[in-house]
Amino acid sequence: MSNRRPWTKRIRPLFTLYMPIGPFVFFALFPLYFMFLATFKQDAELYNLDAIPFLITKRPTWAHYQFLSEQTLFWSWFRNSLVVSAAATVVSVVIGILAAYPLARLKFRGAEAFGIAIFITYLVPPSLLFLPLTTVVNRLGLSDSLWSLVATYPTFLVPFCTWLLMGYFRAVPKEIEECAMIDGCNRLQALVKILLPVAIPGIICAGLFAFTLSWNEFLYSLVFVSPSESKTITVGVFSDLIRGDVYYWGSLLAGASIGSLPIVIAYVFFLDFYVSGLTAGAIK
Amino acid sequence: MVNREAARHSLTDVLIGERSFAYVLIAPAFFLLLSLVAYPFVLSIWFSLSDAQIGETGNFIGLENFRRLLRSSIFRQTLQNSIVFTSVSVALKTVLGMTLALLLNRVIRFKRLIRGAVLLPFIVPTALSTLVWWWMFEPLYSVVNWTLKAMRIVNHDIPWLPDPYLAMFTVIMVNTWRGLPFFAITILAGLVTIPPELYEAAESDGAGPVGRFWHITVPLLKPVLAIVILFSTIFTLADFNIVYILTKGGPRNMTHLFATLSFTLGLQGGHIAQGAAVSLFLFPILVVVVYCQLRLVRRATSYE
Repeated sequence: MSNRRPWTKRIRPLFTLYMPIGPFVFFALFPLYFMFLATFKQDAELYNLDAIPFLITKRPTWAHYQFLSEQTLFWSWFRNSLVVSAAATVVSVVIGILAAYPLARLKFRGAEAFGIAIFITYLVPPSLLFLPLTTVVNRLGLSDSLWSLVATYPTFLVPFCTWLLMGYFRAVPKEIEECAMIDGCNRLQALVKILLPVAIPGIICAGLFAFTLSWNEFLYSLVFVSPSESKTITVGVFSDLIRGDVYYWGSLLAGASIGSLPIVIAYVFFLDFYVSGLTAGAIK
Repeated sequence: MVNREAARHSLTDVLIGERSFAYVLIAPAFFLLLSLVAYPFVLSIWFSLSDAQIGETGNFIGLENFRRLLRSSIFRQTLQNSIVFTSVSVALKTVLGMTLALLLNRVIRFKRLIRGAVLLPFIVPTALSTLVWWWMFEPLYSVVNWTLKAMRIVNHDIPWLPDPYLAMFTVIMVNTWRGLPFFAITILAGLVTIPPELYEAAESDGAGPVGRFWHITVPLLKPVLAIVILFSTIFTLADFNIVYILTKGGPRNMTHLFATLSFTLGLQGGHIAQGAAVSLFLFPILVVVVYCQLRLVRRATSYE
């Protein structure tokens, strides 16, 4: 059938759709391409004003990655980010499940007020509270320790996870838990054995987002942790690869590339979860 | 009979226990938010009303910090920057996000690939991706300048980051780059919920594409647009990463936002009281956003 359509109709989308979308795709991807490209250029080419910047014209090099591995604490930062993000994610998803269940299912006094409180904290930007939190972290004796991040990241992760999971729990029909409870399950068993298995997509989504937000966090990590070996990746790359007036651009961008990689990999595998998590806050 | 009796019995048991069970479950979240959100917030208000320095509690001095801030030229500049930065970024993200969403909605070939590519800037850590923007606008080696010179559009290097106005332009552009996917994907999610029959009916009534856009798409997208814009306003206004990495608030304080000024005064300068006062300026806007969001959510649920 489509072969019968006049050719003008068939190539029309090329002009009205794929050509206008091109600049958007270019705008989104070019910086990332350019970042990755720069990490393989020799310094002589990176700082050569006559060389074409969009390609690698000389032999590609691993020197920047080598410098990053051997002359900086990069892999410590990487490990710190991994540990902090994993711990904060587990803590937040568990607390989020516990809080989302009663909000979605149970009648209790203060339910609405607590729901609103969760929603408000979801909208509180970290830059509003980082100064007093510094004092709190100091008083708890956590400053310069990664525990300060495991303790503070849940302040923005728990509201997000609770909000997201509440939506997922509400979508599950009440009746299947009620049946289980008539069969002798108590509420906790009904939650763990009946509701959670059904809500697994929601839990994966909450976990992915919590991990991504923790991995990407910058301000708290910059403020609460100062020894170089305890930094997370976002702060370490930025603050330790600029030494006085010397900018190690190749290694800086190499660090940024490897630092983005775990998130990009997770993203490629779980694209649909990211899309649904992203829109959940606004659509539900 | 006996069985049903027993079932009813356990059900009442459960109903009595329901309330206390609920409180036990929300307790961890409640105490977390109480100790690490509510308490710091109160502390922040105390700081802003005191002359506290880092490591000292300080004395109560009333509204002196706010008075001092409103008289200081750096703060007034920050206020102006925040308004320009937020309104231009949010406007750009709305218009471009709408355009991109309308295009994405019609894409059939390579749908997942294109959506995935367009969403990428939002997922990658901002603190790291901003580094490449820094490199792209680096005074000497800027690829943007290289391209403009190669195309003979300019014949000298444009001082993107050293010039105050161009620096503002640059941070707005990076913020738009990062935030655009959120707008596009959320608006797209709203677009697919519009029933196609509406468009067909309008088309058979003789409405052109522009008429259909203004009379069907825009009115039906209003709730989604309102939520996205409100959400983005608060987080754009509170931005720290992009400005801190690209300009540190300079040149001549012309790109300072509340977050970066609060950081500079409160942590680097040690005047935690003034820093807290600056960041509290975010609070009234937060209240407005929360109020509007809650009203929108309520209205949406009452329609259901």
